[in-house]
Amino acid sequence: MASQPRIRIDRASIGYNGRSVQTGISADIAPGEIFAIVGDSGSGKSTLLKTMVGLLPILEGNIQFDGQPLDMSGAAGPPPFGILFQGGALWSSMTLLENVMMPMEMHDHAAPAAREALARFKLALVGLPGHEERYPADLSGGMRKRAALARALALDPSVLFLDEPSAGLDPLSSRRLDQLILSLRDGLGITVVIVTHELESLYSIADRMLFLDGELHHPTALGAPGELVRTSDNAKVREFLTRKGMDCSTSEATP
Amino acid sequence: MVDTRQDGDSLILTIPAGGIDPAQLAAPPQTLPAGGISTLRVEAPTGWKWGTVDAAFLAGLLSQLRGEGPNAPDVRVEGVPRDLAKLLDLARSAPAPAEAKPQPGLRKRLGKATLAQWDESKAMMALIGEVVWRLPRFFTGRAMLRRNEVMDVIAESSTNALIIVAIVNVLMGAILAFVGAVQLKAFGAGLYVADLVGIASVRELAPVMTAIVLAGRTGASFAARIATMQGNEEIDALTTLGVPPEEFLVLPRVVALSLLMPLLYVYACALSLVGGLVVAISMLDITATAYMVETQAAIKSANFYIGGLKSLVFGAMVALIGCRCGLRAGRSAADVGQATTSAVVNAIVAIIAVDALFAICANALGI
Repeated sequence: MASQPRIRIDRASIGYNGRSVQTGISADIAPGEIFAIVGDSGSGKSTLLKTMVGLLPILEGNIQFDGQPLDMSGAAGPPPFGILFQGGALWSSMTLLENVMMPMEMHDHAAPAAREALARFKLALVGLPGHEERYPADLSGGMRKRAALARALALDPSVLFLDEPSAGLDPLSSRRLDQLILSLRDGLGITVVIVTHELESLYSIADRMLFLDGELHHPTALGAPGELVRTSDNAKVREFLTRKGMDCSTSEATP
Repeated sequence: MVDTRQDGDSLILTIPAGGIDPAQLAAPPQTLPAGGISTLRVEAPTGWKWGTVDAAFLAGLLSQLRGEGPNAPDVRVEGVPRDLAKLLDLARSAPAPAEAKPQPGLRKRLGKATLAQWDESKAMMALIGEVVWRLPRFFTGRAMLRRNEVMDVIAESSTNALIIVAIVNVLMGAILAFVGAVQLKAFGAGLYVADLVGIASVRELAPVMTAIVLAGRTGASFAARIATMQGNEEIDALTTLGVPPEEFLVLPRVVALSLLMPLLYVYACALSLVGGLVVAISMLDITATAYMVETQAAIKSANFYIGGLKSLVFGAMVALIGCRCGLRAGRSAADVGQATTSAVVNAIVAIIAVDALFAICANALGI
């Protein structure tokens, strides 16, 4: 890779409560890349994501953002990433506008007078104009996800982490969310790291994917989904990628 | 009743026309050949509709024929539909339930509980340290929190608590006066009921009872709210945005309750004295003026300072314990209940223990 990777994962071991879930994870994620983390249930996809954002300590190896280890002490300013949690994790006592404005206020991001306009813009960006004063409990699952995405964008991050963004959404909402993620990457140049089970999402938006094997406890494939489905020497990876999305893969693989 | 007979190395099982009696699942055939069976041939009535009872019975029978262990000989099944044979294979390949771990002994359990308590104490001290360290940021307006959070917590915790604090303290004052009046009247010292009620309320009962009420209401509510946020990943969202939960959630609550408790303490003292006054003038031959003069003479300013200091400490303790129980909660609904319960229980125990410490210190200092 010619330029410096946005994120470098170097021989990382991840787990929780001292128990290792995956070992030997290495990957360079380029700026502007959409990088998917996939694998069987319980293989440690969300654990890897939480380790990357500093919610869980790394057991071995290291993870760097733009060549620097992640510093969550606040001394280095706001974090370089935004994150969309599986359930949205919107603060239930705040309106959508307050949810998006809160990170800006905490980090003195933008001029105080501009924050509300910025928050409204970000909510409009995810298709929620006119819903600024509503509370998370009043929204549908898809709307909550989009509002959480707006909050993740609040501090104009260079990296966006998405933990199963399509989980619990109907196919139409799921496809719209995929389109939104692509637009955000193309329009804002954001690097996206996505944990997903959805083959359709995987084929339509991911540039590359890392497959975590829950039985072997280490990654068994790294590459473009369309290529891996044809060329991977790992039967489990091929089986995973052909589960139901063969037509998607062939259409993606042959531009 | 199922009929079984042996034919060489085959066991032939005939399913009766009425089907297998489900009661037989609990008591499979007792007389089975001991080993040497390689095939189980099932004979079912023509057009038999296979069901789960048949499958469960056959799975049990096969497991008996095969015996246990990884090297147990295989037994082929004939005479059943292919799908059912697959099911029987699946049932065989299902992992055996893990053996229950032996219960650790008393010493081990005690040791584990002690270590857990030690870890919890360290975490609590760390939280206190975090809050104290961040206090200057709060007072200089640099803390990462919402400005109206402190006022919201004070409003939420004060107005709704006024009635219950009033009821508890009026009754405590009245009870003290009643008990005192009965005893002191016998010695012709009825007027000293005012001393008893005054000193006991101002120094001990008002701060302790108010703190206990706050632990049950506000401390529990802090724990439930933060534990729910934990379950919804809202705390993770704060952390990943670079906003320390100790600063955003704990600090405003500790400051709010520390400011609120002394105010509630003064209110509780006044109501406790009123409770004592009502009982004293109705039971004893003393006037309200005499009672109030005696109360004024009895209560030294030191009593007020001690009571006020206690209420401030108790307020901070209730908030810290409530928040800590919420922050350490797991992510399930049961964890929210557990966090709430432990917030109340721990806060009450801590209030009593710290009150005892205050008593020892005050005694040593001669206050």
